[in-house]
Amino acid sequence: MDNLPWTGGNKLLQKGYFCYLKINYKMMNIEELKRIASQVRRDIIRQTNGSKSGHPGGSLGCADFLVALYFGVLRHKSAEFSMTGKGEDVFYLSNGHISPLWYSVLARSGYFDIKELATFRKIDSRLQGHPATHEGLPGIRVASGSLGQGMSVAIGTALSKKLDKDDHLVYCLCGDGEMEEGQVWEAVMYAGAKKVDNIIVTIDVNHQQIDGSIEDVMPYGDLKPKFESFGWKVLHADGNKMEDISATLQKAAGLCGKQQPVVILMNTVMGQGVDFMMHTHKWHGVAPNDEQMKTALSQLEETLGDY
Amino acid sequence: MSLLNYTEKKDTRSGFGAGLSELGRSNPNVVALCADLTGSLKMDAFEKEFPERFFQIGIAEANMMGIAAGLAIGGKIPFTGTFANFSTGRVYDQIRQSIAYSDKNVKICASHAGITLGEDGATHQILEDIGMMRMLPGMVVINPCDYNQTKAATIAIAAHHGPVYLRFGRPVVPVFTPADQKFVIGKAITFREGSDVSIFATGHLLWKSLEAAEILAQKGIQAEIINIHTIKPLDQEAVLRSVRKTGCAVSAEEHQVFGGLGDAIAQTIIRNYPSPQEYVGINDSFGESGTPEQLMKKYGLEAENIVMAAEKVLLRKKAEMSTS
Repeated sequence: MDNLPWTGGNKLLQKGYFCYLKINYKMMNIEELKRIASQVRRDIIRQTNGSKSGHPGGSLGCADFLVALYFGVLRHKSAEFSMTGKGEDVFYLSNGHISPLWYSVLARSGYFDIKELATFRKIDSRLQGHPATHEGLPGIRVASGSLGQGMSVAIGTALSKKLDKDDHLVYCLCGDGEMEEGQVWEAVMYAGAKKVDNIIVTIDVNHQQIDGSIEDVMPYGDLKPKFESFGWKVLHADGNKMEDISATLQKAAGLCGKQQPVVILMNTVMGQGVDFMMHTHKWHGVAPNDEQMKTALSQLEETLGDY
Repeated sequence: MSLLNYTEKKDTRSGFGAGLSELGRSNPNVVALCADLTGSLKMDAFEKEFPERFFQIGIAEANMMGIAAGLAIGGKIPFTGTFANFSTGRVYDQIRQSIAYSDKNVKICASHAGITLGEDGATHQILEDIGMMRMLPGMVVINPCDYNQTKAATIAIAAHHGPVYLRFGRPVVPVFTPADQKFVIGKAITFREGSDVSIFATGHLLWKSLEAAEILAQKGIQAEIINIHTIKPLDQEAVLRSVRKTGCAVSAEEHQVFGGLGDAIAQTIIRNYPSPQEYVGINDSFGESGTPEQLMKKYGLEAENIVMAAEKVLLRKKAEMSTS
């Protein structure tokens, strides 16, 4: 137990630590995951403030999920990134605009130095506005940002794992606004029809998109029966309760290999953790100014040390 | 001596199908994806021989491109198959983000390219695909001329790491390149040497250019016929070597005159050895229904059109020489 990140102490997390974690819910320390999430939220606020651009709202909303995944469930080798992901679980971020979250989680789990977070969206950086492989940032396997494409890519890697008889899993996060893209439903159809049962898709259900609430912009109705009619196993989670999202991810992994793809419909609050950013789409793609950053950081404990 | 010898007539898509099956046997990482056109793409032999490595995606080309990218990440060498229209225009953004920008080792194999698709009409006759694909950084663009060259190109692209667009067609056309050829990406092939005019041809227009060279020879004009099977990366050295000799060029392609082979040649010439050039291609219009032969004639892609372009460019060359 001593060599696991959440018991290894803050210094290890600051430096970045080799993680190869077995799925074992009992080993997870929820309090430690919450502490990591608090630091990750600080990183999100500071990155977007530093570049005066980016998407803090969705990033804050999904912070608990991505911390629960990377520090609790994902079996991955952060210190020796391999593009193929053979012998590892693989994660894809389809809603690429929440890149400051992913960058923070990748850095905090050891893919690259946390100091690099200061380069987010700046010239000559590997931390592009939307995630990219082009600059060689470890942890990223495909570019995303143009919405609707990640689930297809995830299915491709899941099929590759089946061919290789590699029993590791492929995870993918999508936004609920992203469900308006047609390609998503091509992917949902394929995975259900072809029984791609080594994939776990999570939908960030925050009911917000750029022009307003989904209910106002494109009220597409309940996702659950849609996924179920295509043959998916549907789970629900509260994405801002660490206990719940951790347990649901664990449960989802246990449901793999049963002839059905798995989707987690994860309720979150956009802007979660910063009171003035919550319950609005206003902070979808707007960075906090210095004053707003100060207020936001006062609500988020510095647990692992800022970059 | 006439170069117009051929053994038989075959469709280039069958060359792709044969090459794919051969690859399946020699390379266990090769996988194939098709969007409900297995028979049209001649991928049925691969499907039958390697069912576990064949993925029927259904009529969902965007998803196919994404799945191909994901398979490539896992270390596979995916070959996607559908019509050229649905391989490019329909899925441009998927190719751009998930494949080209992400440097994925996906081979986009496109049949029924150009106007010779025929009776299905303009909805399916894409004439802009070379332009779209060659604008993407890192994309290799290949348009082989006959069955044998298509088969050889299919096998060759598996050994190239990176995204490739391989374009071929539906009609049966003469098979005139060697069955045992080695295909070298980016290396132009001189089919006929000549000193008066350089004719750069790709795909089905190579045979038409060889026919044109015979007609021109009868008129005392010696045309150099160069096969540009790889439009990107372009063999600039071969292009310039020929144009420095002849002083003028004709490009010939089954594609819009905008953005295709002709523009690739023009960009090379204008930067290095400015010379008159004429284009043979589709002149800023959509196609229509008809037989391939009728359409090639109506849209100006016959040997006689290449002859006219050569004569026109020769007049321009002479005019420039007399004023300089």
